[in-house]
Amino acid sequence: MEILYILIPLGLLVFAVAIWGFIWAVKTGQFDDMEGPAHRILMDDDDIRIPNRHADHPGNPQEQAAKK
Amino acid sequence: MNGENEENCFHCSLPVPRNTHYHVEIDGVEQAMCCPGCEAVAKAIVDGGLTSFYQYRTDTSTTARAAVPEVLQELTLYDKPELQRTFVSTDDKDIKQASLILEGIVCAACVWLNERHISALPGVIEFRVNYSSHRARVRWDDTQIHLSDILKAITSIGYLAHPFDAGRQEEVYKKERSNALKRLAIAGLGAIQVMMLAVALYAGDYSGMDAGLEHFMRWVSLLIATPVVFYSARSFFSSAWRDLKAHQLGMDVPVSIAIGLAYAASCWATISRSGEVYFDSVTMFTFFLLAGRFLEMGARQKAGQAAEELVKLLPAMATRITDEGDETIVVSELLCGDKVRIKPGDSVPADGIILEGRSSIDESLLTGESHPLAKSIDDKVIGGTVNIESPLVVEVQEVGEDTVLASIQRLLDRAQVEKPSIAKTADKVAAVFVGFLLVLVSLVAFWWWQHDPDQAFWIAISLLVVTCPCALSLATPAAMTAATGTLTRLGVLTTRGHALETLAKVTHVVLDKTGTLTKGQLALESVQLISDSTEQQCLDIAAALELGSEHPVAKVFLSNASHPNTLVAEKIEAIPGQGVTARINGVQYRLGSASYVADIDTSAHKPSLHSSEIFLANDERLLAVFSLSDILREQAAESVQALKAMGKQVWLVSGDNEAAVSHIAEQVGIDHIHHSMKPDGKLDVIHKLQAQGEIVAMVGDGVNDAPVLAAAQVSIAMGGGTQLAQASADMVLLSEHLPHLVDAIKMAQRSVMIVKQNLSWALVYNLLALPLASMGYVAPWMAAIGMSASSLVVVVNALRLNKSVDD
Repeated sequence: MEILYILIPLGLLVFAVAIWGFIWAVKTGQFDDMEGPAHRILMDDDDIRIPNRHADHPGNPQEQAAKK
Repeated sequence: MNGENEENCFHCSLPVPRNTHYHVEIDGVEQAMCCPGCEAVAKAIVDGGLTSFYQYRTDTSTTARAAVPEVLQELTLYDKPELQRTFVSTDDKDIKQASLILEGIVCAACVWLNERHISALPGVIEFRVNYSSHRARVRWDDTQIHLSDILKAITSIGYLAHPFDAGRQEEVYKKERSNALKRLAIAGLGAIQVMMLAVALYAGDYSGMDAGLEHFMRWVSLLIATPVVFYSARSFFSSAWRDLKAHQLGMDVPVSIAIGLAYAASCWATISRSGEVYFDSVTMFTFFLLAGRFLEMGARQKAGQAAEELVKLLPAMATRITDEGDETIVVSELLCGDKVRIKPGDSVPADGIILEGRSSIDESLLTGESHPLAKSIDDKVIGGTVNIESPLVVEVQEVGEDTVLASIQRLLDRAQVEKPSIAKTADKVAAVFVGFLLVLVSLVAFWWWQHDPDQAFWIAISLLVVTCPCALSLATPAAMTAATGTLTRLGVLTTRGHALETLAKVTHVVLDKTGTLTKGQLALESVQLISDSTEQQCLDIAAALELGSEHPVAKVFLSNASHPNTLVAEKIEAIPGQGVTARINGVQYRLGSASYVADIDTSAHKPSLHSSEIFLANDERLLAVFSLSDILREQAAESVQALKAMGKQVWLVSGDNEAAVSHIAEQVGIDHIHHSMKPDGKLDVIHKLQAQGEIVAMVGDGVNDAPVLAAAQVSIAMGGGTQLAQASADMVLLSEHLPHLVDAIKMAQRSVMIVKQNLSWALVYNLLALPLASMGYVAPWMAAIGMSASSLVVVVNALRLNKSVDD
């Protein structure tokens, strides 16, 4: 059981790291908006990378003009 | 083309008016729009390549207003350095930063749309929207883009942005919130660690453990519990100290004694290698209490942010008339005696007296009066009200703290301080209990000291721990936190801790009319035709006469007329407070109140008392009479019936006239009505009821309701109401759905029942444990388990409130 004398202090170290991490997160505003990021990740602009979709993307002004 | 009337606007989902031709091609499909505003916004979204917005959105957008060039022009005023001084901070020479309040955000897709659109503008460095608070932060390079361009871009996609001074309240809230989060996290993480060691220690007690290891684990527990007690639990100690200094015994006093003594005893046990340690109880207890307080703080801040937006009632800028001509200045720089020009559609910047012009003023925000009042020279105007018809020149008489708006706010502050609080009784019970406990512990300790000094300390500690008012002090907050969470999911925000407790005991529910029972918007109720023209013809004539007017009555006609209206009125002349006259196809028409058409025969018409009537006449005769009234909210009658079935008295108190109030009361089945009430009259009604020992719940929405809301024992504001009303209310009905009010009362009653169960459990437990511990039958470790178990029972019981009202 002597290993506990090493493992428990190691656990304490993890505890300290967790607290430091949490305080860092609070300070950098990770908890300011609890709802937005959950939605934001679903709405990324991956349309450009999907073939044959959105020919009228602003990246293609000529095409857009041609369509009209 | 869009002949059938069932079609709804693709952008805002309102029905598309007859014969309109607004449409936008979205993803290759032609979509119908209801108005030029929505059309322009949808077009801007399509042109920006942001059509995914329509796939992502989970709620319908608000109807877009067509951007008036004047409004856009006014936005450029925000570029003035003297105005920017209050809300813009400069990071680096040309890099500026500002906070904006965004109006019109309904779902997460709106956030996406705004961020995409604005971030794409050249010169915008960063644009982040906070979905929870509907605030945005923008950083831009002033050499490439101006703030007004950013505001214009937001307007073009159908949202409204107001810059605001984030410095004051916001910073305070942010600090309070992050401090609370840090405390909570340290208590939570600490509790997990200590619990883990505690399990090992308990197992060691049972099956034997190496003494050195046990001692080591106790020291580690002590090490972890120390920051929890001295950092996380510090707020309990400071508030207990405040209570003691004020010669009171609040709930924080026993909490502090329990945490403090259990910690001290455990430290002593660790150092002296004797007795028992309670670090697990100490940390868990701190964590649970902090969690409850954190949730309560979140709800309170949300309501407080709403109050911040009250500032918007007053415009940011005013047009001052000087000898050199008109100049635009910041409202805070206005002085008494200044002359200001107020354009139609603008808010009055300060209290004053009219020098030139006649117009109608919409005072609904302040007085609840649903119709604009006619004002002319020498009449007083109040800051925050809206000028509707024609330009006015006003001499400023009161500014800043002396204005009516400021005095309403002061009235509110005072009423909030005087608020009767039932919550205090729980504290009183606890105080008596704690006093009794402290005396008893000293007596028991003294007795054991005489008879068996070795045992005395540990028996006293067991007694204190086992009777620790943890369960007692958790009983109420745990249940309230669970109930508050469930109600928030329903759209009922609880902003003050005592609200639910009081709501459960309510005997009288007092409702406001405009905006609470009704939607607060005028709608066409009926048309009485006098001549042989059709209803649609009359409506079209009325709409042509009212074209371009800001008056709420005009909006009713404009939305009911054909689109496009082929009739064009010439020489439109508005007589404030009376009506409007103009020529259409060579015929002179008049539209207005009964007195405005008094010279012609109106005997063919049956007068109605409850709705406002607008008369349409030509030179010779009356053509039609339009009845306009406020529309009732959905399920208003059912909700009133449900309240009555629960044995509550339902009263209607309104500032409107008798006929209008009793008409509504009849429709929903309310017997007690008070009409033509000014705010102080409403206050009297509430005070009289309270003097009879009744418990009053007030439901309202306007600024005029704010003092009354604050005076009632429990108050509920409508989500669409004014911010001031929300700030003074204990609960906010965000859903604006009246049946949720009934649900909230049911929920409140259920939670009070759970609290009673919890309290009786805690008392029974204490009464059983007390004699046993006094006689020395309870070892300290048993006391710790007993204390934790009793708290756990209370918390689990409270969690039953997480289920919704129906099951």
